Parts: sequence; C-alpha cells; structure tokens
Amino acid sequence: MENITARRYENGEPKLRRFHQAQWDEPILFELSTPGQRGLLLPAVEDEIRAVAGNVVSTLPKTLQRVTPPMLPEIAQPQVVRHYLRLSQENLGFDFNVDVGQGTCTMKYSPKINDQLAGSKQMAALHPLQPEETTQGILEIYYSFEQILKEISGMDRFSLQPGAGSAAIYAAASIIRAYHAERGEAIQRREIITTIFSHPSDAACAKVAGFDVITLYPDEDGYPDLNALKAAVSERTAALMIANPEDTGIFNPRIVEWVHVVHEAGGLCFYDQANANGILGITRARDAGFDLCHFNLHKTFSTPHGCGGPGAGALGVTDVLAPLLPTPVVARDGERYTLDWNRPRSIGKLRAFYGVAGAVLKAYAWVMSLGAEGLLETSKTAVLNNNYLLKRMREIPGLTAPYAKGRHRIEQVRYSWEELCKETGVLSEDIGLRAADFGVHYWTSHHPFVVAEPCTLEPTESFSKMDLDEYAAIMRYVAEEARTDPETIRTAPHNSTVHRTDGAVLDDPSQWAITWRAYLKKRDQVGE
Amino acid sequence: MSASVGDNLMRRVGLIVNPVAGLGGRVGLKGSDGRDIQKKALELGAVPRAVDRTIEALKRLAPIAAQLTLLTYPGDMGELAARRAGFDPTVIGTITTEGTTAEDTCVAARDMVALGVDLLLFAGGDGTACDLYQAIGEDAVVLGIPAGVKVHSAAYAIGPTVAGDLALGYLTGKTTGTREAEVLDVDEQALRRDVVSTRFYGVLRVPDDARRIQGAKAGSVESDASTAAAIARHIVSQMDDDSLYIVGPGTTTRSIFSELGIEKGLLSVDVVYRGELLASDVSEAQLIALLDERAAKIVVTPIGGQGYLFGRGNQQISPDVLRLVGVENVIAIATPGKLNRLIVRPLLVDTGDDEIDRRLAGYIRVVCGPDDARVVRVVSVAGDGADTASKSNLESG
Amino acid sequence: MNAKRPLVYPYIPNSVPDVRQAMLAEIGVNSVDELYEDIPKNLRLGRLLDLPEPMLSEVELARHVGGILSKNRTCEDFSSFLGAGCYDHHVPAVCDEINQRSEFLTAYAGEPYDDHGRFQALFEYQSMMGELLDMDVVNVPTYDGLQASATAVRMAVRITGRKRILVAKTIHPSVLSKMRDYCGPSIDVEMLDADLETGQLDLTRLKDALSTDIAAVYFENPSYLGALETHGDEISALVHSVGAVCIVGVDPISLGVIAPPANYGADIVCGDIQSLGIHMQFGGGHAGFIGTRDEVKYVMEYPSRLFGLAPTSVPGEYGFGDVAYERTSFAHREEGKEFVGTASALWGVTAGVYLALMGPKGMEELGVGIMQRARYLMMELDKIDGVKAPLFAAPHFKEFAVSFEGTGKTVSEINDSLFSQRIFGGKDISKEFPEFGACALYCVTEKHSQADLDALVDALRKAVS
Repeated sequence: MENITARRYENGEPKLRRFHQAQWDEPILFELSTPGQRGLLLPAVEDEIRAVAGNVVSTLPKTLQRVTPPMLPEIAQPQVVRHYLRLSQENLGFDFNVDVGQGTCTMKYSPKINDQLAGSKQMAALHPLQPEETTQGILEIYYSFEQILKEISGMDRFSLQPGAGSAAIYAAASIIRAYHAERGEAIQRREIITTIFSHPSDAACAKVAGFDVITLYPDEDGYPDLNALKAAVSERTAALMIANPEDTGIFNPRIVEWVHVVHEAGGLCFYDQANANGILGITRARDAGFDLCHFNLHKTFSTPHGCGGPGAGALGVTDVLAPLLPTPVVARDGERYTLDWNRPRSIGKLRAFYGVAGAVLKAYAWVMSLGAEGLLETSKTAVLNNNYLLKRMREIPGLTAPYAKGRHRIEQVRYSWEELCKETGVLSEDIGLRAADFGVHYWTSHHPFVVAEPCTLEPTESFSKMDLDEYAAIMRYVAEEARTDPETIRTAPHNSTVHRTDGAVLDDPSQWAITWRAYLKKRDQVGE
Repeated sequence: MSASVGDNLMRRVGLIVNPVAGLGGRVGLKGSDGRDIQKKALELGAVPRAVDRTIEALKRLAPIAAQLTLLTYPGDMGELAARRAGFDPTVIGTITTEGTTAEDTCVAARDMVALGVDLLLFAGGDGTACDLYQAIGEDAVVLGIPAGVKVHSAAYAIGPTVAGDLALGYLTGKTTGTREAEVLDVDEQALRRDVVSTRFYGVLRVPDDARRIQGAKAGSVESDASTAAAIARHIVSQMDDDSLYIVGPGTTTRSIFSELGIEKGLLSVDVVYRGELLASDVSEAQLIALLDERAAKIVVTPIGGQGYLFGRGNQQISPDVLRLVGVENVIAIATPGKLNRLIVRPLLVDTGDDEIDRRLAGYIRVVCGPDDARVVRVVSVAGDGADTASKSNLESG
Repeated sequence: MNAKRPLVYPYIPNSVPDVRQAMLAEIGVNSVDELYEDIPKNLRLGRLLDLPEPMLSEVELARHVGGILSKNRTCEDFSSFLGAGCYDHHVPAVCDEINQRSEFLTAYAGEPYDDHGRFQALFEYQSMMGELLDMDVVNVPTYDGLQASATAVRMAVRITGRKRILVAKTIHPSVLSKMRDYCGPSIDVEMLDADLETGQLDLTRLKDALSTDIAAVYFENPSYLGALETHGDEISALVHSVGAVCIVGVDPISLGVIAPPANYGADIVCGDIQSLGIHMQFGGGHAGFIGTRDEVKYVMEYPSRLFGLAPTSVPGEYGFGDVAYERTSFAHREEGKEFVGTASALWGVTAGVYLALMGPKGMEELGVGIMQRARYLMMELDKIDGVKAPLFAAPHFKEFAVSFEGTGKTVSEINDSLFSQRIFGGKDISKEFPEFGACALYCVTEKHSQADLDALVDALRKAVS
C-alpha cells in the first residue's frame, strides 16, 4: 500500500501542502434577496396592548415616519446561514493556519473553554446597570484580574475600560495631559517622545491628545539611541511613550537610563506593552521606573482577535496617577465588590460602561489556567520559538535580519528581503501574497517602511516546532521561486479565494464603493 | 494583473543606455566616466552590465509591447538591448564608433524630448542621471535602470526588474503621480584624488513609487507633496518678525516659498524677511553682508540620497555664516518619506570647518510635520561626530 | 530549583523537554535565559510572579470561573427594564452561530485574499447599515457609540476648520464625558438646553447659540431621555444656515419605523450597534458606526477603515480593499486623522447577520411592536397615583423617562422594592438630571410580554403606595 506519510517528506524535509482556500464565488448578500422571504419572525404584540396603544406610527409627525422601508435583503434563514458560513470558510482564522506571519499581533491560541465561559448566560445576559448585588461575580473577576496585572507589571492600579490597545494608549496620553494640567504645565509641556519602531498608535494617540510628537531613530545597530533621547528632552517634554521590545523584537538594554533621563526633565514614562509576550515574569514595567503601562488582552492575554475586535486594553498606573484613570473603577469593600463612580479627577469616560467584560473574563481564565510558572513558560517558549525561526529564516539566501548583529531577539523579528528584491525584483508584498497560496498569513510592516522590503514574523508559544519548520519551508520555497519563476509570485495569489486585486478604483471617488447602494448608483450611472 | 493601456493609445517610451556604466567597479576603479577609465576597465576585463540590465527591465514591458513605440539610439546606446528584449525600436540619431560619451546621452535625450515621449528610460549610474538632467531638466518623466558602480541617485529604481515594473505601472496608468528625485554627482576627478565633493544639480521627475497598501493595519500614509506643504505651513506660521530666514536649496524648502507665494529656484539660497523675499540666489558674501548685526535663522533640508545637511549644494551657507547666525538657529525640515528613504542615516555635514562641523554634529530635530519631529544623528564627514557631541542645541523652531 | 517534573502545557506545544532541547541546540545556546541577553540582570524579576495557584485542568478551571460567575444574577433571572445605552433585545441564534465560528472569531488582519470572507462580511455590514441609515458611506465599526460620536465631532471640526460645537443637554452623559475628553482642550463644547415640556431641543436657544464659528451641532434621536426629536428638519436647516455640520446620534434598531436622520438633513449619523444581535455582556458588547454621504470631503475624514469593492485580475471576479488609503494626503488641515486599531469588527459581522435575518419587514414590525409595547406601558404607568409617564410630551420609541415626584418616594427606594419582586427597575436619573426630580429611565423591548409589563405595573403600584 501507498505510504501516505512518507509522501509528505522529501529528503527528510517536509514538503509543502497542496493547499487551496475555499472559493465559493459567493454573491454579495443583496444579490441573494428574494422579495417576501423572512429570516426571523417576531413575537406578536398582544391584542390588548395593540388596542390600548392604538396607532403608534401616527403619533409621529410625517417627517419622522419611515416612509420607504430600508432596502435590506430579504432572505430566508437557511440561506443566511449558508451565506455566512461560506464567507467564514473564505477566512483564515488563527485556528486554521500557522499564523506566524502577523507580526506584532501576537497571534496565539484562544482557549475554547474561555470562550464558552464568556458565552454563558451568567455573563452574556448581564446588564451593566443592574444592582451591584447581582453582578458580584463579574465584578470579582474584574478586581481579581486587576490584581494579577498589578503583579505582572508592578503597577499600582489598573483600568480595564479601554476597548483595545490604541484606546489604552490614548487614555494614557489623556492622563499625561491631565497630570501636567493639574500642575499648571499643560502649555509648557507639549511634546511627547517616541521611537520609530514603537507602534504607530504611540505617535497617533499622542497627537490626538494634542501633543507634538518627537520621533527618535535607532542607532546603526537598531537599538534605541539614548543620545538621541538626551537631545530630544527639554522642559517641553510631557512624556516618553515607547514600546519595549520594539516592533523589531529588540529590547532596549538601557531602558532604565531612558526613564531616568525623562524623569529628570519632568516628564512621565509610558510603557506600551503590546509586545509583552516574551517578557511575562521576566521583567516588569514598574521595575524599570515607568509611570504608566498598557497591555493588549487580545494579544498577550489570548482573547480572540475577532476579525479586528472586540479586543480589550488594560491601562496600569502608579498611585500618583490612579485618581486620573477613567471612571468607574472596581473597588473592594470587605467581601463586596463595587463600582466607584466618585472620582472627581478622572479623565472621564473612555468607553461605554466598564470595558469589554467578556475579554476581561477570558484573559482572567487564561492566566488562572497557567499560573506564574505557566506565564513564564509562555514567554520563554515565545522567545525560544522566535529565535529558532530566526535561525531557520537566516538560512534563506536573500533574506536578512537587520540590526542587533550577533544578538538574539525577544519575541518577534523584522526581516528584510531587500537583497532578494535587488536580485529578482520580487517585492516583500508579493512574497506575502504568494504565502497565501500555502495557507498562511504574512505581514510586511507598518507604513512607511523603515526597514526595506520588510517582513515581520512573531511565532508565539502556540506554535510547535513542526509548525515553525513548515513556515520556514514555505518562505524558503518562495524565495527560491523568486529566482526561478518570479512571475508566479508577482501574479499571486493563485490558491486563495480571489486573485490579485486591482486597487485603482479604491482611490477614485467616482468609482469607489463602500456600500452596495453606492456601487449600484455608480455602476448604473456609468453604464456597465 | 491585467496590464494594458486602457485607452488603447500608443505610448512613446524613450530609451537611452550608457553602455559603459558600471564598468569600473568590478575591476576596482572608482566610477567609470571618462574615455580613459573606460578603456582601462575594458582592458582589465570588465564586462558592460548596462545592456543586460536594460534587457531585464524592458522584458517587464512585454505585456504592452503592441502599444509601445520605443525610441532609442543605435547599437549599444539602446537598439541592441531593445531588440534583444524582443522589441522593434524606432532608431534615431547617430553615434561615433569609438565609444559613447556624456554628450551623446545629452543629445539623445534632447532628441527624444523634442519628439515627445511619455517616459524616458535610461540605464546608467549617477553620472548618467546628471547628464540627463543637464540636457532636459524636468521636461520629461524619466526613470533610471541602475547599472552603475555606485548608484545613489534617487532617480533610479532599486533594481532593473523593479524599474521595468514601475515603468509598466506608469505607462498603464496604475501609477499616476510623479515625485522629484534630486540629482547629485560626486566629482569623479576629485574622488580619485580622495577628495569627496558633490554637486546638487537639480531634480528629475520620476514616477512615484508609493505602493498601494492593501489591508493597512494602522491608518494611512501621507504623500510627500502634501506633507511638504504641511511642513511649510507650520514653518511659516512660526516665523517671527525680527529674524531673517535663510532658506537653503531643495524640494522641501521650496514648499516654504510656495506657501509664501514667492518663486524659488531649486538650487539657490534665498532670504526671507517678514514673509517677503529679501534677496534671492545669494552668495556667501551677500549673506554675510545681510546678516550685519541681525537675528537670523537658517532653514535647510537634507539633499539627495545621502542626506547632506550642509556641505552639498548649499555651500553658500558657509562656516562663517553659520557662526554669525548661530548653530542653534538652524531649522532642519524633511518629509518622513524622505528620511526613511535616505540610504545612509545619520545626516552628514561637511562645511570644511572642523569646529563648525563638530558643533553641528550630534543630534538634530528634523521638522516632519506640524506636530511631528524626528531626532536624527548628525555626523561630520571630516571626523567622527557622534560620541564627542554632547546634547546638541539645535532647535526645531 | 524545583523537584517537580517539568510541566507540559496544552497551550504550549514546545514545552515538551526534548523538543526544547532540540530547538536550543539548533539555535546554539544552552538555555532560554541566554536569549534574554539584552535584558540587564538588574531588571530581571528573579522570582516567580506572586499569582494565584493555577487551575491546570479544564475541570478545575471551569469549576473555579463558573463558580464565580454563578454569583451573578442576570436579566434571565429578573425582569429587566434597564436601558440607557445597553439593551436587552433578542439575539437570534444564528448571530451567535456565526460570530462563534473560529474562522471569524480568531481572524485578525489578513489580506483581502486569505481573509476575503471577513472583508465581504464587513462590506455587507457597511451596506446594510447604509440602507438603514439611507447613506452611502458607513465605516468598519469603531469601539462603541461613544467613540463614534466623539470622532464625528472631530470630523466636523476638521471639515469646517471651526473649533466650537453645540451639544444637546439631553444626550447620554457618557457620550458627553467622552466628548469632553476626546475633543480635548482645543474644541469648545457648549450645551444646549432642552424644552422642559417636550424634552426636545429648544429651538430659540439653538438659534441664539448658532454662529459662524460653530463647527457642528450634535443631538440624539431618540435622546438619552427617550423623547424623539420631531423638529429635525428645522434644526438641520438652522445648522446649515451657518455652514455647520449636523450630527445626529441614532439608535439603529429604531430605523425600521422611524425616519433615518439623513432624511431630515443630518450630515453625519452615528451610534452604537449593540442592539443589533449582540448580547449585553455587562456592557462589553458595543460597537460604533459613523455614516455620511459619499462625498470626498467626508470620506477623507474617517479615521476608520472603509472597505470597498475592487475588481481582480480575473474578469468578472471581485475582491475588496481599503478605500482612499491616502486619506490624510487630501485634507489641508493641521490635524491628523486620529488613530485606528483593533476595535469591534466581529460585532459588525454580527450586526450584518442580524439585519440580513430581519430584513425590511422584520425591522418595521420590530419597531412598531416596540413602540406599541412602550406606549402601552406608559399609559398603564401613568394611571398610578403620583406617577407621570412619560415625563415628556413627545413621541417615544423604546425608552421613556418616568417621574415619581408625585409619590414622595425616591427612585432608589422604588427600585429596591421592585428588586425584591425580582424586577430591575429603570435607571435612576435623579442625580444626572436634578431639574426633573425623582426620575427613572424605563426601556421596553420586543422580549417583554404583556405579562411582564403588567407585572411591572403591579409591582410599581405596590412600590409607591
């Protein structure tokens, strides 16, 4: 009989899988509409109610009555289910692929048990304004999780209200602004310092909060440049907002000096810990002297990414800044948990109610399933995986890992395909699209590129050695293909759901279509 | 990707190959301009790469070959490469049989522009880009296929196939914008005497290579032109009534003048006072005379692919001028795109005066937007600037 | 250090000792500690984190967390009339089915090829919301309605170049708090009084307050206090007469029966989609939308992603991409386009499923049914001595303010009494709006049966007597 397992190897190395993504050629929902079909029926209003209420629509002035029904599609239930399930098949969630190629996103396994717990009625059917005696369970989770984050970071107080990482970063900037305003230094301190390899939101959120942003470039070896920082601080410095390790996976060994320099100038220090996955239990924000820090619960703490949310952010601060946190916070009074709304110095509301409670629950459960040793194992394995993959990737001709010569990385690496590009003309983006033909994601870097032809890979602890070998094999294969058959790469993807998009219409106001109705209008105007 | 010229009109592409570009490097000679050097290189066994590189690039245009009219010069100057790439070019002009010179490049370029081309492709090195600029300036959109020894000029694509793809994109209308590529060249004669000296010639227009960003994770990207305008608005809004503003050459600094509604040459140093032009295209002597006892600020932008802040193209802002104005009154501006594109970071200064260079070295804030500054290292080319510089007093203004 | 055998974790495949060893050997180091070389010794924690003992088995974890959650009582255990920004509408089973699919749940930021499904699902969400709002542009969801409102204001400020906005006093206090923080010191927020009788915007006050340095006027319809604004036409006309932007916060689930704000002159419409098929989750199920006309000056101001149709290299095939990715290059304003990051995309997909199931008929029946139930309850409550329902002389949708001033009791006392009868009474708004005295905000949805409503009436009668 055929040895199907042996077939998967060639000279001891795994062969690439013959992947093809589902391709349903599924119409837009509106194209499936059949007048009269219903997807859901509603409970009928009781006769007596209707009699008493009378004609409610006539209580509205004509201008407020909906005259033309919304042109929603009319589809029966099985067809709705089928449509969305087909779309789901055309989507490559983490659960489906060796999702190493979404660097900085920290793609890791979201344990199903946590999803189930968060989906239970005791969580899902809670209204946020219920009397506190009925919500002691979820309030306890909030409180307990806050204590966990305090220990992990060394900070004194946390808010779990931010809707995600950028929201937390924005809140930090707002707190920094309020802090200096209370000291009468709001006008004077209008600058926030960040680095080019921190997340773009560090700069963007600071600007939204009204600050000027000073961005520092690294030194030639890719490490944050302390001398540049010293040149940048002044009496106008409100704060430092940086990620560490940065998006290149490099840890700043002089971080304590950085904090010192900024404190000396009278500024605060915020630690963007979106990249915390490699350092849990290894090093802490407070120990480096930071005044604020944040975590992404949908990254480090395993809550699912949800296509781009809902995620959740946790913002930690020192006691000095605690009164400025968004309102309310969860407090404990003996055995009772309570929401504290009495916070006159707070920056106010950041997000609806108390944040993404479901994500807080999942994050809590994740930590509780691992404990201190498990968190340490998580980080160490993330770092092990990353450096193992780095070794395999470096073996690929045409690929380099710039910066930090001879040093290891923490939990991710920003590679460069510049050499391959010079040689073959194949761009990093092309390689990413070809990677989709093998059932994996791939990400370049934030724009504009600083590292030429970048590729950022982050193999979290969720991946096995076999997974990493597979990913490296795909990259090696594509690199080789760039030399022998670049055209295939330039016209990729071939095995995905659709082929390469022509994006010109997306920038042309006369052609872009953000809704189906806009598309119809423009199509019918122009003619086919 | 379906490539076609949507409106079915013919596109005219000029092609000029500098067949000796890239000769010198492989056999250890610096640069390859000048007949003697070329001869020596060939004797040493150098193989001309320009033709091969051109063929690689032209092959990328195959999908629209039927809609292309390719104008080129005979033999090594383009015809050879075009035919080998599968095209049937229209050959114009004549060349001598002894080997081509810079003058041939210039004549060819002028001929093609006179006949009208949608895009002028050229293969060569920094020298070729200079020749081209001398001949046609910004009269046509051009794009370089790198074949030279050291190709720093921003008019070149990163490699031949990328050049071909960019040309394809531009000709089929996928890329519509152009950007300004600064043209500099190292003085070859001086270089061989181990004296580095560059000139800033001007800018060539090349297709903008900003790529479509699919699925951008975080926000969007500004184009250089709009950022330059935003920087200019910011600088103008911060100008005070007492200072003279000495504005150096470059594309970004020119935006300041656009904002003020004044014409400015690309290469000149000009002086503004209270929002009006005080003096244009000034020499060092004129600057020193103007500065007599007055407060002033200097606004400069890094020139070219190597990021010279002082010492290339703005020598009028001499060490004496810098002393009079004060090194702390230098305002550096640049778009983030420009900073990221610099081949070599840190920024370089080479005023010729060690003491001034040392004072300039260290770190400088480069204004990159209305609320956006980048701190960049400044290094003196003459000596080492980094570690000896304590905190620089350079302000962003 | 410890005598225990090394633990292998189910979530960490490479925690198997042999595999670790092989990988370390491949890298060329002896231990993982060597990989942390860039972290200075004095920054290393050097001890285990002081965290609770882990529940290593799923059995223990479920028991532990389940045990904590069992201390909660929910709107399934009690009859609830709470609203005020979070609503107990029915969540169709299909909505949960789709948003629990791993393909969607665990996806993130893939390209429009490998994640074509997500792009299409969100494009369809944008499209269905467009129909509901009668607008051609709707964004990929932002964090919640608070953010949508605050961003809408900043968009208007960028578009007009003006720095002052007028805001109706009757908007959700959380929205106001968010706006004040997010719009920061550079934008001036001025409140507009409401007509105390109708709860609607006082048009005379509005006229007086309007000037050419106003960027926008923001009001909600229905307002936080439940009253529907019936003078939308006049308001937007006044706003436009000074060249300002009219921003309306709306409850999308009302738009099957209530006219969308675009029909009475709104330029930017915003709100929250939690009502559309998303469980309440203690306030954790929110997502914000912003809708505008398909005009360049508006499109260019969105900080959020906007997905659009795009052709591919295969004729007849279509894909998706981000519209106007160079948005910032268009505007000649000093401000950047805020920021964008992970927000609430999965809820966008969910709301799309909801709207697909409901269709136009469903939305209309839902809206009418809710209004009928609310009206019934208002009329029945009003019969109770000392109770005035609704407080305002205006039409309402699903929420209304109830005054208990005539009963001599505080809302707190009343709600305590209701609680003992297993009812969550309406939100106590006495402190938020002291001018109305003892007042509560009651919310009715399609889940309330007549029995539920009658039980509330009886319970309230007891509570105030």
